[in-house]
Amino acid sequence: MNKEMDKEAMRTKPLNPPASGASIEEGSEAASVVAPQTVKAPKQRSQLAEVWRRLRKNKMAIFGLIVITIIIFTAIFAEQIAPYGYQTQNLRRIAESPSKDHWLGTDELGRDIFSRIIFGTRVSLQVGFVAVSISVIMGGFLGSLAGYYGGKLDNVIMRTMDILLAIPSILLAIAIVSAFGGGLVNVMIAVGISSIPVYARIVKASVISIKEQEFIEAARAVGAKDLRIIFKHVLPNSMAPIIVQGTIGVANAILSAAGLSFIGLGIQPPTPEWGAMLSGGRMFIRTAPHIATFPGVAIMITIFALNLLGDGMRDALDPRLKQ
Amino acid sequence: MLIPVMLGVSFIVFTIMYFTPGDPAKIILGERAPAAEVAALRTQMGLDAPFLVQFFNFIKNAVQGDFGRSLVTKRPVAEELFARFPATIQLAGSAVLIAVAIGIPVGIISAIKQYSVFDGVAMTLALVGVSMPNFWQGLMMIILFSVYLRWLPSSGYGTFRHLLMPAITLGTSSAALITRMTRSSMLEVVRQDYIRTARAKGLDESVVINRHALKNALIPVVTVIGLQFGYLLGGAVLTETVFSWPGVGRMMVDAIRQKDFPVVQAGVLLLALSFSLVNLLVDILYAYIDPRIKAQYK
Repeated sequence: MNKEMDKEAMRTKPLNPPASGASIEEGSEAASVVAPQTVKAPKQRSQLAEVWRRLRKNKMAIFGLIVITIIIFTAIFAEQIAPYGYQTQNLRRIAESPSKDHWLGTDELGRDIFSRIIFGTRVSLQVGFVAVSISVIMGGFLGSLAGYYGGKLDNVIMRTMDILLAIPSILLAIAIVSAFGGGLVNVMIAVGISSIPVYARIVKASVISIKEQEFIEAARAVGAKDLRIIFKHVLPNSMAPIIVQGTIGVANAILSAAGLSFIGLGIQPPTPEWGAMLSGGRMFIRTAPHIATFPGVAIMITIFALNLLGDGMRDALDPRLKQ
Repeated sequence: MLIPVMLGVSFIVFTIMYFTPGDPAKIILGERAPAAEVAALRTQMGLDAPFLVQFFNFIKNAVQGDFGRSLVTKRPVAEELFARFPATIQLAGSAVLIAVAIGIPVGIISAIKQYSVFDGVAMTLALVGVSMPNFWQGLMMIILFSVYLRWLPSSGYGTFRHLLMPAITLGTSSAALITRMTRSSMLEVVRQDYIRTARAKGLDESVVINRHALKNALIPVVTVIGLQFGYLLGGAVLTETVFSWPGVGRMMVDAIRQKDFPVVQAGVLLLALSFSLVNLLVDILYAYIDPRIKAQYK
């Protein structure tokens, strides 16, 4: 299986989305569609402008982008937007259903759920972006070493990645958090580590296809050092699949973190983390179901928007898919 | 390939557990046990041996099916795990069945009627399915079907009624993935020359789809189904917690709370082993259904 996937990945061109284990659906979808047409981009436009032009045509992706922008602004201006503090308790109004004062009701400790969800955007976005950064940096580093140097180093790195891939990522994250304890930082690290192999594979695949190209040969001919070639020439040209996988990766990281908090191993109360809020509301689903409902809706909207954007980016970055 | 991978997995899991704060000897004897007793038990359990020796002993015992005893129940871990394992397999298996039963037909219809209303609705629902946290979906189903409608029990194990909600919850995201995968695979196959040839021969459209397109389109889908089954064995942890399903996942979550390391360690290993075995089976099956791969080995 793994060897086949490696081969599959090697065949992909730099602009192709990932063909990796965890994102098998995306990968195979992309790798399987091989249309003969080439990009007919006007010469004056930069690649970025070209991608943006194509992304703009995709209404769903733009919708996703708008929602994510709103969520990011919500996180930045949480204090201004939230009507109450995330720890402000009103003991006279415990577990109340939505009302004019409390749009989404109050939780079991009399805190305003709407405000806690608003503050929760901070935690979730932070976890999502930091965890993905950890996996991209580590995975990118290992993948480019493996792809660029090949040989024994490649073997050692990629076989280690195979081993990590043999543990379902949520289990690996659970094991790490159970050993080192919960809390924001540990959750980010655990979720980040658990998806390193995915990025290592993607980066390795694109590095392999790029390093044989002429401009790399040219760089080597003028005496550029390996590190310079990797960072200045190879990696910038393999960004496309990383961006696509990264967008979907943020969604997965948010989901994993929420899952960890839900089983009580992740971010601890009173931090307004969506998964932890859900977990807290679990006891009251018979009397006050709204406590568990709304944080889940927040997670779903965020993930949905990220997935829309990720799908759109994949189509925009790989024009051969959408004809 | 399987054996070195499992050794590697054991090493990683063992290392994580080794560096976990908390002394198993103290957990057994209680926090107030005299230091001398704790030290004696540590020696007896082999806990003061060097790291690699401990790992070697662990592997030696594990190969013989001995994963030590639970620190909490004092019963052999292997026995406890295997008692719980069928429940997890049952849950993950039912989830995959549901996912396949929904995903493949919907994916095929979506592809045949690309850009139709059906396609639009199905693709949006599939994206929603991927975006929903399954523990939340489980809670919502409990609120709807157990609390309001009183149709199904919110927890428990044994009958079909108990299985229904957990299996749907666990299977939803796989159903969504399989739908998307089937659709894109079909769309790709339909564009191929041999399909054009089949149509040019004047074959009935249903024959073109069923005999020629479907067979080829489903090959990559089988891989995804296999991967999903493996993934669901691990992903069942959350669903099992929501529905108090007596599987390996919930056992592990309880074990983590009680710092029952041998159980956690063996649980992760068991699930990773099943995951790898399923992947291996998929590879074999893949060769079986795709004659091109079989031909390579002749």
